[in-house]
Amino acid sequence: MPDDTRHTGAMRQLIATWGLLLCLTAATVGISRIDLGAGNIWAALGIATGKAALVIFFFMHLKEEGRVIKISLLVALATLATFIGLTFFDVLYR
Amino acid sequence: MNTSAQHHDAEGARLGMWLFLLSELLLFGGLFVLFAVYLQRYPDQFIAGGKQLSLAFGAGNTALLLTSSLTVALALEALRRNRYRLCQWLLGSTIGAALWFLVNKGLEWHAKFEHDLYPGSVTLRQAPPGHDTFFGLYYLTTGLHGLHVIIGGVILAWVLCLVRQGRITGTSPTILENSALYWHLVDVIWIFIFPLYYLLL
Repeated sequence: MPDDTRHTGAMRQLIATWGLLLCLTAATVGISRIDLGAGNIWAALGIATGKAALVIFFFMHLKEEGRVIKISLLVALATLATFIGLTFFDVLYR
Repeated sequence: MNTSAQHHDAEGARLGMWLFLLSELLLFGGLFVLFAVYLQRYPDQFIAGGKQLSLAFGAGNTALLLTSSLTVALALEALRRNRYRLCQWLLGSTIGAALWFLVNKGLEWHAKFEHDLYPGSVTLRQAPPGHDTFFGLYYLTTGLHGLHVIIGGVILAWVLCLVRQGRITGTSPTILENSALYWHLVDVIWIFIFPLYYLLL
Protein backbone atom coordinates (compact mmCIF):
# COMPACT_ATOMS: atom_id res chain seq x y z
CA MET A 1 0.00 0.00 0.00
CA PRO A 2 1.96 3.04 -1.19
CA ASP A 3 -0.53 5.42 0.46
CA ASP A 4 -0.04 3.77 3.84
CA THR A 5 3.76 4.03 3.63
CA ARG A 6 3.45 7.72 2.82
CA HIS A 7 1.35 8.22 5.95
CA THR A 8 3.74 6.23 8.16
CA GLY A 9 6.55 8.39 6.79
CA ALA A 10 4.51 11.50 7.61
CA MET A 11 4.05 10.33 11.23
CA ARG A 12 7.76 9.58 11.57
CA GLN A 13 8.56 13.05 10.26
CA LEU A 14 6.24 14.65 12.82
CA ILE A 15 7.83 12.69 15.68
CA ALA A 16 11.35 13.62 14.46
CA THR A 17 10.29 17.30 14.37
CA TRP A 18 9.06 17.03 17.96
CA GLY A 19 12.37 15.46 19.06
CA LEU A 20 14.29 18.29 17.42
CA LEU A 21 12.02 20.87 19.10
CA LEU A 22 12.71 19.37 22.55
CA CYS A 23 16.47 19.35 21.85
CA LEU A 24 16.31 23.03 20.83
CA THR A 25 14.38 23.82 24.04
CA ALA A 26 17.15 22.17 26.09
CA ALA A 27 19.73 24.11 24.05
CA THR A 28 18.05 27.48 24.65
CA VAL A 29 17.89 26.80 28.43
CA GLY A 30 21.57 25.70 28.42
CA ILE A 31 22.78 28.74 26.44
CA SER A 32 20.80 31.12 28.69
CA ARG A 33 22.92 29.93 31.69
CA ILE A 34 26.15 31.07 29.95
CA ASP A 35 26.92 34.81 30.06
CA LEU A 36 27.25 36.04 26.47
CA GLY A 37 26.26 39.64 27.17
CA ALA A 38 23.95 40.91 24.42
CA GLY A 39 24.58 37.60 22.65
CA ASN A 40 22.15 35.87 25.01
CA ILE A 41 19.04 37.63 23.74
CA TRP A 42 20.06 37.10 20.08
CA ALA A 43 20.78 33.41 20.69
CA ALA A 44 17.40 33.04 22.44
CA LEU A 45 15.58 34.80 19.57
CA GLY A 46 17.52 32.81 16.95
CA ILE A 47 16.64 29.45 18.51
CA ALA A 48 13.01 30.54 19.03
CA THR A 49 12.78 31.53 15.34
CA GLY A 50 14.21 28.14 14.34
CA LYS A 51 11.68 26.33 16.56
CA ALA A 52 8.80 28.43 15.20
CA ALA A 53 9.94 27.63 11.64
CA LEU A 54 9.92 23.88 12.43
CA VAL A 55 6.36 24.11 13.83
CA ILE A 56 5.15 26.21 10.88
CA PHE A 57 6.78 24.12 8.13
CA PHE A 58 6.17 20.60 9.49
CA PHE A 59 3.34 20.65 12.06
CA MET A 60 1.34 23.31 10.20
CA HIS A 61 2.27 21.79 6.81
CA LEU A 62 3.31 25.11 5.29
CA LYS A 63 5.74 23.29 3.00
CA GLU A 64 2.76 21.63 1.28
CA GLU A 65 0.70 24.82 0.99
CA GLY A 66 0.24 26.86 -2.17
CA ARG A 67 1.83 30.19 -2.99
CA VAL A 68 -1.01 32.37 -1.62
CA ILE A 69 -0.59 31.21 1.99
CA LYS A 70 3.21 31.39 1.82
CA ILE A 71 3.14 34.95 0.45
CA SER A 72 0.53 35.99 3.06
CA LEU A 73 2.82 34.75 5.84
CA LEU A 74 5.77 36.63 4.35
CA VAL A 75 3.72 39.84 4.09
CA ALA A 76 2.61 39.49 7.74
CA LEU A 77 6.18 38.90 8.92
CA ALA A 78 7.46 41.83 6.83
CA THR A 79 4.73 44.05 8.35
CA LEU A 80 5.75 42.95 11.84
CA ALA A 81 9.44 43.56 11.08
CA THR A 82 8.67 47.06 9.72
CA PHE A 83 6.54 47.79 12.78
CA ILE A 84 9.34 46.68 15.14
CA GLY A 85 12.00 48.51 13.12
CA LEU A 86 10.10 51.81 13.03
CA THR A 87 9.32 51.55 16.76
CA PHE A 88 13.01 51.26 17.55
CA PHE A 89 13.87 54.05 15.13
CA ASP A 90 11.53 56.22 17.21
CA VAL A 91 12.53 54.96 20.68
CA LEU A 92 16.30 54.96 20.20
CA TYR A 93 16.59 58.41 18.57
CA ARG A 94 13.95 60.26 20.56
CA MET B 1 -7.68 12.60 -3.72
CA ASN B 2 -10.81 14.78 -3.61
CA THR B 3 -12.98 16.11 -6.36
CA SER B 4 -11.86 19.47 -7.65
CA ALA B 5 -14.76 21.38 -6.05
CA GLN B 6 -14.06 19.92 -2.57
CA HIS B 7 -10.37 20.55 -3.00
CA HIS B 8 -10.87 24.26 -3.70
CA ASP B 9 -13.28 24.60 -0.79
CA ALA B 10 -10.80 23.04 1.66
CA GLU B 11 -8.03 25.30 0.41
CA GLY B 12 -10.22 28.39 0.79
CA ALA B 13 -11.08 27.38 4.37
CA ARG B 14 -7.41 26.94 5.19
CA LEU B 15 -6.52 30.29 3.64
CA GLY B 16 -9.19 31.95 5.80
CA MET B 17 -7.74 30.28 8.90
CA TRP B 18 -4.20 31.36 8.00
CA LEU B 19 -5.31 34.98 7.54
CA PHE B 20 -6.93 34.90 10.99
CA LEU B 21 -3.75 33.38 12.47
CA LEU B 22 -1.64 36.13 10.86
CA SER B 23 -3.81 38.76 12.55
CA GLU B 24 -3.20 36.93 15.86
CA LEU B 25 0.52 37.07 15.13
CA LEU B 26 0.29 40.87 14.78
CA LEU B 27 -1.70 41.09 18.05
CA PHE B 28 1.00 39.25 20.00
CA GLY B 29 3.64 41.09 17.95
CA GLY B 30 2.43 44.31 19.57
CA LEU B 31 3.03 42.83 23.04
CA PHE B 32 6.51 41.67 22.01
CA VAL B 33 7.32 45.18 20.76
CA LEU B 34 6.30 46.58 24.16
CA PHE B 35 8.52 43.98 25.83
CA ALA B 36 11.49 44.90 23.61
CA VAL B 37 11.09 48.64 24.17
CA TYR B 38 10.83 48.33 27.96
CA LEU B 39 13.65 45.77 28.07
CA GLN B 40 15.82 48.37 26.37
CA ARG B 41 14.69 51.05 28.85
CA TYR B 42 14.85 48.96 32.08
CA PRO B 43 17.31 46.12 31.37
CA ASP B 44 18.28 45.51 35.02
CA GLN B 45 14.70 45.42 36.33
CA PHE B 46 13.63 43.08 33.52
CA ILE B 47 16.50 40.69 34.25
CA ALA B 48 15.67 40.80 37.99
CA GLY B 49 11.99 40.15 37.14
CA GLY B 50 12.87 37.23 34.84
CA LYS B 51 14.91 35.63 37.61
CA GLN B 52 11.81 35.65 39.85
CA LEU B 53 9.90 33.48 37.36
CA SER B 54 10.09 29.71 37.78
CA LEU B 55 12.30 28.07 35.12
CA ALA B 56 10.82 24.66 35.99
CA PHE B 57 7.26 25.83 35.23
CA GLY B 58 8.38 27.66 32.08
CA ALA B 59 10.40 24.77 30.67
CA GLY B 60 7.83 22.18 31.73
CA ASN B 61 5.03 24.09 30.04
CA THR B 62 7.17 24.48 26.90
CA ALA B 63 7.65 20.70 26.70
CA LEU B 64 3.91 20.19 27.32
CA LEU B 65 2.86 22.53 24.51
CA LEU B 66 5.39 21.08 22.06
CA THR B 67 4.13 17.58 22.85
CA SER B 68 0.49 18.65 22.48
CA SER B 69 1.37 20.16 19.08
CA LEU B 70 2.77 16.77 18.09
CA THR B 71 -0.32 14.87 19.29
CA VAL B 72 -2.73 17.15 17.42
CA ALA B 73 -0.62 16.85 14.24
CA LEU B 74 -0.63 13.05 14.66
CA ALA B 75 -4.41 13.14 15.29
CA LEU B 76 -4.88 14.77 11.88
CA GLU B 77 -2.61 12.17 10.27
CA ALA B 78 -4.59 9.36 11.99
CA LEU B 79 -7.86 10.89 10.72
CA ARG B 80 -6.52 10.95 7.17
CA ARG B 81 -5.76 7.22 7.52
CA ASN B 82 -9.31 6.65 8.84
CA ARG B 83 -7.94 5.43 12.18
CA TYR B 84 -10.65 7.06 14.26
CA ARG B 85 -9.87 5.41 17.63
CA LEU B 86 -6.27 6.57 17.44
CA CYS B 87 -7.38 10.04 16.34
CA GLN B 88 -9.74 10.35 19.33
CA TRP B 89 -7.08 9.14 21.73
CA LEU B 90 -4.56 11.66 20.37
CA LEU B 91 -7.09 14.50 20.56
CA GLY B 92 -7.84 13.51 24.16
CA SER B 93 -4.12 13.67 24.96
CA THR B 94 -3.89 17.13 23.41
CA ILE B 95 -6.79 18.37 25.54
CA GLY B 96 -5.18 16.75 28.60
CA ALA B 97 -1.93 18.62 27.89
CA ALA B 98 -3.89 21.88 27.52
CA LEU B 99 -5.50 21.34 30.94
CA TRP B 100 -2.16 20.41 32.50
CA PHE B 101 -0.63 23.59 31.02
CA LEU B 102 -3.40 25.68 32.59
CA VAL B 103 -3.02 23.99 35.99
CA ASN B 104 0.72 24.77 35.90
CA LYS B 105 -0.01 28.36 34.90
CA GLY B 106 -2.51 28.65 37.75
CA LEU B 107 0.00 27.28 40.29
CA GLU B 108 2.65 29.63 38.94
CA TRP B 109 0.40 32.71 39.16
CA HIS B 110 -0.74 31.62 42.63
CA ALA B 111 2.88 31.47 43.84
CA LYS B 112 3.50 34.97 42.42
CA PHE B 113 0.42 36.32 44.20
CA GLU B 114 1.66 34.74 47.46
CA HIS B 115 4.92 36.65 47.01
CA ASP B 116 2.92 39.87 46.55
CA LEU B 117 3.92 40.12 42.88
CA TYR B 118 0.86 41.23 40.94
CA PRO B 119 -0.14 44.50 39.24
CA GLY B 120 -0.67 47.16 41.89
CA SER B 121 0.73 45.08 44.77
CA VAL B 122 2.57 46.88 47.59
CA THR B 123 5.90 45.21 46.75
CA LEU B 124 5.71 46.26 43.09
CA ARG B 125 4.60 49.81 43.90
CA GLN B 126 7.62 50.25 46.15
CA ALA B 127 10.05 48.58 43.73
CA PRO B 128 12.11 50.71 41.29
CA PRO B 129 10.28 51.68 38.07
CA GLY B 130 10.50 48.96 35.45
CA HIS B 131 9.93 46.12 37.88
CA ASP B 132 6.15 46.64 37.83
CA THR B 133 6.33 47.07 34.03
CA PHE B 134 7.92 43.62 33.73
CA PHE B 135 5.21 41.97 35.82
CA GLY B 136 2.44 43.95 34.12
CA LEU B 137 3.62 42.71 30.72
CA TYR B 138 4.14 39.20 32.10
CA TYR B 139 0.53 38.97 33.31
CA LEU B 140 -0.85 40.58 30.16
CA THR B 141 1.10 38.37 27.75
CA THR B 142 0.77 35.04 29.58
CA GLY B 143 -2.86 35.88 30.41
CA LEU B 144 -3.75 36.53 26.76
CA HIS B 145 -1.83 33.39 25.78
CA GLY B 146 -3.62 31.41 28.52
CA LEU B 147 -6.96 32.64 27.14
CA HIS B 148 -5.90 31.24 23.76
CA VAL B 149 -5.05 27.91 25.43
CA ILE B 150 -8.55 27.82 26.99
CA ILE B 151 -10.22 28.64 23.64
CA GLY B 152 -8.03 26.08 21.83
CA GLY B 153 -8.84 23.40 24.42
CA VAL B 154 -12.60 24.05 24.13
CA ILE B 155 -12.42 23.93 20.32
CA LEU B 156 -10.46 20.66 20.40
CA ALA B 157 -13.01 19.13 22.81
CA TRP B 158 -15.75 20.12 20.33
CA VAL B 159 -13.70 18.57 17.49
CA LEU B 160 -13.33 15.36 19.53
CA CYS B 161 -17.15 15.18 19.84
CA LEU B 162 -17.55 15.71 16.08
CA VAL B 163 -15.03 12.93 15.32
CA ARG B 164 -16.94 10.64 17.69
CA GLN B 165 -20.21 11.42 15.94
CA GLY B 166 -18.58 10.73 12.58
CA ARG B 167 -19.10 14.32 11.42
CA ILE B 168 -15.37 14.83 10.85
CA THR B 169 -13.91 12.05 8.70
CA GLY B 170 -10.83 11.26 6.64
CA THR B 171 -12.55 12.75 3.58
CA SER B 172 -13.81 15.88 5.39
CA PRO B 173 -11.01 16.83 7.80
CA THR B 174 -11.24 20.64 7.40
CA ILE B 175 -12.50 21.43 10.91
CA LEU B 176 -9.76 19.35 12.53
CA GLU B 177 -7.17 20.83 10.12
CA ASN B 178 -8.09 24.39 11.05
CA SER B 179 -8.35 23.68 14.79
CA ALA B 180 -4.92 22.05 14.67
CA LEU B 181 -3.55 25.14 12.89
CA TYR B 182 -4.92 27.32 15.72
CA TRP B 183 -3.38 25.03 18.34
CA HIS B 184 0.04 25.16 16.61
CA LEU B 185 -0.11 28.97 16.60
CA VAL B 186 -0.66 28.95 20.37
CA ASP B 187 2.50 26.82 20.54
CA VAL B 188 4.49 29.18 18.25
CA ILE B 189 3.61 32.17 20.47
CA TRP B 190 4.71 30.32 23.61
CA ILE B 191 8.01 29.44 21.85
CA PHE B 192 8.78 33.19 21.92
CA ILE B 193 7.30 33.94 25.36
CA PHE B 194 9.42 31.28 27.09
CA PRO B 195 12.97 32.53 26.31
CA LEU B 196 12.04 36.22 26.56
CA TYR B 197 10.35 36.08 29.95
CA TYR B 198 11.95 33.08 31.66
CA LEU B 199 15.51 32.96 30.34
CA LEU B 200 16.81 36.55 30.62
CA LEU B 201 20.28 36.70 32.13
